[in-house]
Order: sequence, then structure tokens, then C-alpha cells
Amino acid sequence: MDKTINQKAWFLVLPVFLVVAFSAVLPLMTVVNYSMQDTFGNNQFFWNGVGWFKELLDPTTDLGGRFLASLWRNLFFSAVILAIEVPLGIVVALSMPRQGFSVAVCLVILALPLLIPWNVVGTIWQIFGRPDIGLLGYVLNSLGLNYNYVSNDLDAWATVIVMDVWHWTSLVALLCYAGLKSIPDAYYQAAQIDGASRWAVFKAIQLPKMNRVLLIAVLLRFMDSFMIYTEPFVVTGGGPGNSTTFVSIELVKIALGQFDLGKAAALSLVYNLIIIIVCWIFYTVMTNAGVERRVVVDKKGVK
Amino acid sequence: MARIDLVDLAHSYGGNAAAPESFALKPVTMTWRQGGAYALLGPSGCGKTTLLNLISGIVTPSRGKILFDGVDITPLSTQKRNIAQVFQFPVIYDTMTVGQNLAFPLKNRGVPKGEIDARVAQIARLLDLAPDLNRKATRLTADAKQKISLGRGLVRSDVAAVLFDEPLTVIDPELKWQLRSKLKALHRDLDLTMIYVTHDQTEALTFADTVVVMHDGRVVQSGTPAELFEKPAHTFVGYFIGSPGMNIVPAQVRGREARIDGHTIALTRSYDALPPGARIEVGVRPEFVDVALPAPDLLSANIERVDDLGRIRFARVRVGDAKFSARVPPGFSVQGESAGLKFDPSHVHVYADSLLVEGAA
Repeated sequence: MDKTINQKAWFLVLPVFLVVAFSAVLPLMTVVNYSMQDTFGNNQFFWNGVGWFKELLDPTTDLGGRFLASLWRNLFFSAVILAIEVPLGIVVALSMPRQGFSVAVCLVILALPLLIPWNVVGTIWQIFGRPDIGLLGYVLNSLGLNYNYVSNDLDAWATVIVMDVWHWTSLVALLCYAGLKSIPDAYYQAAQIDGASRWAVFKAIQLPKMNRVLLIAVLLRFMDSFMIYTEPFVVTGGGPGNSTTFVSIELVKIALGQFDLGKAAALSLVYNLIIIIVCWIFYTVMTNAGVERRVVVDKKGVK
Repeated sequence: MARIDLVDLAHSYGGNAAAPESFALKPVTMTWRQGGAYALLGPSGCGKTTLLNLISGIVTPSRGKILFDGVDITPLSTQKRNIAQVFQFPVIYDTMTVGQNLAFPLKNRGVPKGEIDARVAQIARLLDLAPDLNRKATRLTADAKQKISLGRGLVRSDVAAVLFDEPLTVIDPELKWQLRSKLKALHRDLDLTMIYVTHDQTEALTFADTVVVMHDGRVVQSGTPAELFEKPAHTFVGYFIGSPGMNIVPAQVRGREARIDGHTIALTRSYDALPPGARIEVGVRPEFVDVALPAPDLLSANIERVDDLGRIRFARVRVGDAKFSARVPPGFSVQGESAGLKFDPSHVHVYADSLLVEGAA
């Protein structure tokens, strides 16, 4: 077949190419450039090769120590909020009504925290937890608990975690609810007839049918919590000391606090790489789970 | 294993206060014996699935009682009713193997492990699932999945009844036939009361000893396949069962004679006491009407087309305004459009307002 040859079509791609170049490729290359150099301000740069990367991965140096500490802190934070939000989200979804007017009410209430801008969430909890004027802080202290997120590491962690649970459990719950709604009634009726207990219904029907949405929920919550910045920054500013300084907070401190552009660039590249790798792992796992199902469908089609 | 009695059972999805005509199931009283194979047959929306769900307890009746062996079980939950049910679409537990799926109803009821294994092995053998027992159930075809659903329905030996809600809908026609014969064989082997809901008359007539025909929320006839064929109690049974269905035409009936389109047909019984003002119709199965050459003593008809079903030929004819099906006798060649219709008087039935009238001898 004859193909019309018209190289002018390339011009149609040009706008996209330019936009992507200016919005993504050039900034990224600038960061790569910075990560190989050192600067003392005045727009003077000195070549440093892979020096920053070596330092970054060496816990004995100042940079490496701070990066790895914040990385473990961040991973621990993600693990804790996943361990709370996923089961809690499932429980919330299971106890939601299945039909009627109350469904709409529940959905709106659940969606509310998701609609609040992140720094507002931070501000809400910052004030809520203050021992002098905050309802939570005041009540806890008057109950005899010495609660103060500004001076106590544990209190600061508890505040940040409770805040994240408050902010994001809804997302997990809504996803699970969607998964639950897609289960046909016949499954529940069959389970009833098979004499299944409430727990058996959950284990044999609800959990397996929710596994796809749960994977998405875990992925979203992991990525989000791994990149968390605004809320803890507003509440604790990364303190007391460095106890709630997560990777992104550390990054901003280095880049804007100290104006160490080289170190910050190296750190952000490694940070970016970690995120891409985790995304890839999740993506692979999820598509593989899908492929398994598709094979079965194909077999059916062939029959 | 139990005798099932339905006592004045009725249900409305709009609650008991709804108008009687809107009831999904109108009051029905009947008895099903232990170990019988029953089919509930009727078109979509006739109330057959409602009746099934009332028996299994998924739906609570608005009115009436259900007795198992004389014990009122109406207020009991599905779990306590000791019933098995197989649904239209396969329900399998994704995370379990085929064997675990079959064992699930027994495990939930705390049956000892040895007994479970023996029963699962038996059912798997009967359904040809034995080689797949250790496979994950999700990886199977729709047919195999439905077999697992059937197996879960049959695995308990102590159930009052096994209910089937159009279980072969998703199955390929070829396999459908096999599974149906298999079910019939299982019924003989396992001595379980089985109730089978379907809108497919072939399925109902081949599976059941007793077919319960439902129409518009009512049980219109309950009988053996032969009774339904030879003596439909309601015009609906007449044209719903049989292919082509029964011919039903308006007629004037007096004594031992019926007049259709100005022509008189002899009847074998006498109909003197027909309810006054009722709509009188005559029904006769196409198998008992023969097409013949036009003759003065035969009902004259116009042939519109002839359907050759291989073993038998049916002519679609028109008598006045009414459409009619009639058998074309072997060896008879249709010439031209006009023909005469020859009736077998012993198979001509009279209906008043759609209900069969038993004439006097």
C-alpha cells in the first residue's frame, strides 16, 4: 500500500516536545548538572564528579548520615500509617451502609478530609494539638497526660501519624467500599447457604474481591506518605530536633536552608530514583495480577 | 431430606399492604414429597425465583408458612434451614482450591475432617472434578466453575432440599445436555429433594418428575410432563409447553359440539354447564390436528407455510382470523393454499376464561 510521505507532520509534535523539554527535561538536566558540582554562591561552580553521591550513601559523612536517617524515618512512617490506614479503611468500608440515604451522607463525610488543602490540614492539627489553646492538647494535659508535640519526640510522631490517618483513611475506605459494592449479591447468598460465618465471608469473599483496590490503595498511600512534606512541616517543622524530619523536609533544608545546591540535587535524584523503582515494582505486581485473570478469560474465549 | 409444605404462601416486594394483584407470588398451597425432582417452570418475572428464594430463606414471605416435615421454618434464617442452593451464575471462592470450595459448606458446619474428605471425593467423582481437586478454582472455565457450584450444593447429605436457580444458563448447549443428565443421575444416587427453576421447558421436562408451571405469580398447573402435554389445565400451559404450542381459538361450545369459524367439530365429552358470560376457547395440540385435502366435512384453512422439523412437519395455517398449527401427515404433499383440518376429538379441550373445563362423560 502506498503511504503518503509528509514530513511536515513532525511540526505537530513540536509543541508537545517543547513543553515537555521546558517543563521536565531541562529542569531535570539542570538538577543533574548541579548534582555534579559545588557552589559557594555568587554563581560560582566547582566540579565535584560523583562526590556528592558517594557522600550521600556513606552514613559516616554529615550528608549521608542525615539522608539515611531521614530515609529510615520516612520508611518507618510509611509502614506505620499503612499498618493503621489499610485495616482501618477496610473496617470503615465494611461497616458502611449498602443502600439508602445514609450512603450519600457517609460518602460526603468520608470525602471531607480529602478535600482540605494539605497545609490547612497541617494548620488544623497544629492548633488542635497545642497545649495552651488547642482542644486536643488542652484536654490531654488536663487529663494529666504531659502532651506536647513541640518538645517530645513521641508526641510529635503520634500527632503526625494521627493527622495522616485522619486525612487519608477515607481514601482507603472509599476504594474498599467501591470494591465491596462490585461483589454480586449471589456471593453473599451462597455464603449464607454454605453456612459461612461473618469472618469466613470476609476471608473467602470480601478480601479476595478487594485485593485489586487494596493494591491501588497501598500504592497510593505509600507514594504519598513517602513524599510527605507539607503537613509535618506545618505542624512540627521536622522537630523536635530532627525527629520528624522526613526526606522531603531534609531536602528542602539542604536546598533552601543551606543553599547547598549540589548536595540537594544529588539527594533529589536518589530520592526520585527510589520512587520510580517502587512505582515500577507496584506496577509490575499489579499488571501481573491482571494478566493471570486475562489468561483465564482467553481460555474461555477459545472454548 | 424432608417433605416440604407451602401453606398459603405469598410474597410482595412492596410489603403485605400492596394490592393483591401486584404480589410477585400469589397465595399458593402445595406439598412436595421427600426425594422428588421438581421443576418450577415459567417465563421471566413469573415468580419462580421468588418462590425459590422464599424456600431458601433469602426472602422472607409477606404471608403464609413453609413447613419442612411438618415443622414451621418460616422464621428461621437461611443458615438454620438446612438448604442448599445453586445460583444462575457460578459462585466460587477465589482463594480456595476446587477441593476447598467443595468442602466449604461442610467445614462451616464443623463436620469431622475424615467425613468431609470422603464426601468431597464422592461428589468430585460424580461431577468429574476429581482431577482438578487441588487446582485453584479461579483458573477454571465458566463450565467448570458452575460444576463446582453444583458440587457445593450437593455435598451435604443432610439437606432438606437442593434448590437450583437456572443453573445451566452460563453453560454451552452441548455441555448443558450432559450436565442435565448428570443431575438426573445424581438425583437418583443421592436421594435428595431437588427443586429446579428454569424457563426452558426442555430442561424442566427432562429433569423433573413433577413440573410446576407458573404464570404471573400463580401456580397454574403442577403435574407430570405427560399430564402437562396431554391435558393443560390453563391455556398458558398449553402454549408455553410444546413446540409449537397449543392452538387456542375462540369457539361456541354447546353439548358435544364446538363451532369454530362456522364449522362444527365433534367433542368426546359433553359441556352443558359452562359458566355463563365466560370467554370460551377450544384448545388442541398441533400434534392432534392433521392437514388434509379440503373437504366439506373438514374445517377449511389457508396454509401459510410448512416447517419441516425433520421427524415431523407442521403447517402454519390461518382459519378465519386465527392462526393455527397442524401436523402434516407423513406422505401428504401440500398442494395449493387451501386445506382441511382433521381433529382428533379426544384431544380437543375446552377452556372457560383460560381454565380447563372438565366435560361430563
